Amino acid sequence: MSIAIRNISKQFGAFKALDDVSMDIPSGELVALLGPSGCGKTTLLRIIAGLEYADQGQILLAGDDTSALHARDRQVGFVFQHYALFRHMSVFDNVAFGLRVKPRRDRPAEAEIRRRVKRLLELVQLDWLADRYPSQLSGGQRQRIALARALAVEPKVLLLDEPFGALDAKVRKELRRWLRQLHDEIHVTSVFVTHDQEEALEVSDRVVLINQGRVAQIGTPEAVYDHPATPFVADFLGSVNLFHGRVEDGQLRLGEHALGAADGSDGSALAFVRSHEFELLPGWAGRGGLPATIVRVVSVGPSAQIELSRTDGELVEVAIARDTFRLLGLGEGDKVSLRPRQIRVFPTEAQAA
Amino acid sequence: MSGTITLKPGSLVRHETLSTREPAWVKGVLIGIALTFFAVFLLLPLATVFTEALRKGWGAYAAALLHPDARSAIMLTALVAVIAVPLNLVFGVAAAWAIAKFEFAGKRLLITLIDLPFSVSPVISGLIYVLMFGAQGWFGPWLQAHDIKIIFALPGIVLATIFVTFPFVARELIPLMEAQGSEEEEAAVVLGASGWQVFWHTTLPSIRWGLLYGVILCNARAMGEFGAVSVVSGHIRGMTNTLPLHVEILYNEYNYAAAFAVASLLALLAIVTLGLKTLVERQTRRQQQKKNELSGE
Repeated sequence: MSIAIRNISKQFGAFKALDDVSMDIPSGELVALLGPSGCGKTTLLRIIAGLEYADQGQILLAGDDTSALHARDRQVGFVFQHYALFRHMSVFDNVAFGLRVKPRRDRPAEAEIRRRVKRLLELVQLDWLADRYPSQLSGGQRQRIALARALAVEPKVLLLDEPFGALDAKVRKELRRWLRQLHDEIHVTSVFVTHDQEEALEVSDRVVLINQGRVAQIGTPEAVYDHPATPFVADFLGSVNLFHGRVEDGQLRLGEHALGAADGSDGSALAFVRSHEFELLPGWAGRGGLPATIVRVVSVGPSAQIELSRTDGELVEVAIARDTFRLLGLGEGDKVSLRPRQIRVFPTEAQAA
Repeated sequence: MSGTITLKPGSLVRHETLSTREPAWVKGVLIGIALTFFAVFLLLPLATVFTEALRKGWGAYAAALLHPDARSAIMLTALVAVIAVPLNLVFGVAAAWAIAKFEFAGKRLLITLIDLPFSVSPVISGLIYVLMFGAQGWFGPWLQAHDIKIIFALPGIVLATIFVTFPFVARELIPLMEAQGSEEEEAAVVLGASGWQVFWHTTLPSIRWGLLYGVILCNARAMGEFGAVSVVSGHIRGMTNTLPLHVEILYNEYNYAAAFAVASLLALLAIVTLGLKTLVERQTRRQQQKKNELSGE
């Protein structure tokens, strides 16, 4: 079932949580709402579910306006950040809850309920835990039970609030992949909220970046990563270095140094360079490039993380393959020139000054 | 597997307290004061109640309790509790639900008002009802004209008891419900549960021990209330005398054995209440531990 969000605004006292947010989520897609904490993404998710009401705007589910529809009638599955499992019910009863509270005429027979719950527990690979209580489960298991409970009522839309937020790093990675596989299996339109860019980029079909209650950009993970539409998106995705410079004759200049080719009209600009998009050249002599001094090297994992200090004292972070770095034979205290392979430039608005 | 550092659970804790331990005599004096105080002010009076009650033997004890006036006082006290406690159960749950789960104008005022019966002398609260419903009160003439008796009758006693015991259930539930938040309820709603189903299947099970605790305290106070009931009851023997009032009457008539016999019933009620309260507290703690395990890690 498709979701259409039309001009949603929501205010909490003086705080504008959502400001004229619109987007379309086609049927069957897995979409990530990504943004820093407090940007309004969870509020939007709760409005879609009917747990919160928008001051303005509409939510259309499969083309129908839901404004007058109570949360219990929206046929939406919701997975809460802290799972919200019923602690006094067994895992089985938790998953069966949505079926058992149906009005008598819609309620499946108890045998049918048992069959469906069993199938769902098999789907989340936890059928051996049916008689346990939530307090006896690990975080990852609770998460999957919460998902099975939400799916039991065969929702048309699945909403997940920070689904991996409370899990440790390893479990989180496994569950992420598992959720993606599950979605490919059952194909229910899904929206999940996260503040973790890696999570959003890895799992979703499309990413919606939200900043201060407004949509900053919507696109596939590749599109938003490679072509950020705003300085916020460029800054939020990946580890980036920010430069305040000027564009002159298609070159980005920082003071006297030319950094490299940059699109856009002449004038002062904000420039972003990802840490892995630098080349490192020994010495300060090279033409072009930014002179800097190596402050610190962390050489763990596939790439070396290098912290450098520019001549004006600003810090730059660079990541290059460990083997390449070893061949350069550089160490802390050495002088190098930084040459970006790719620069994203955003003209600064305060042009008049 | 060295065997030299096997620590039993708890031995580590004891080791840590060594550095903060007081001298033995301080410990002895503190425990002595506490126990003496407990014996003089709590145990001794309790023992006195029972010895005085049985001073004239079991026969007199039974006679005092079986006297028609005593029997009617017991019945009245039970009746008042049977009416007042369920009403306060409903009011208390409703008020706690409203305060813990919703934001509304006047919420702070409502919390203050719930505490009012605790901060006002029970005699004053009794007097308020006399001023409102008594013969000379605001509604007095109207009530007389319609032949409705509130003061010096059962309705007045029930009203005064409800007022005095109102905070017990609500006070017990508000912090509990606030701490639990409303995520489970929201989960139930999204799964399609109706308001009543949400309350019955998610809210009530998570507050049941707190609720029982509140009801036990509420009941103890409803049966033992003296001040407010004394003002509105009129002390009509066999008609509007509750147990505490009956004790006072017997005592004023120098009928000590009978007074203490009736008082021993109230003392027994207190002991039973304490026992139940301890049981429920243990259950609540167990449930709390479960909850901590659930939200912890």
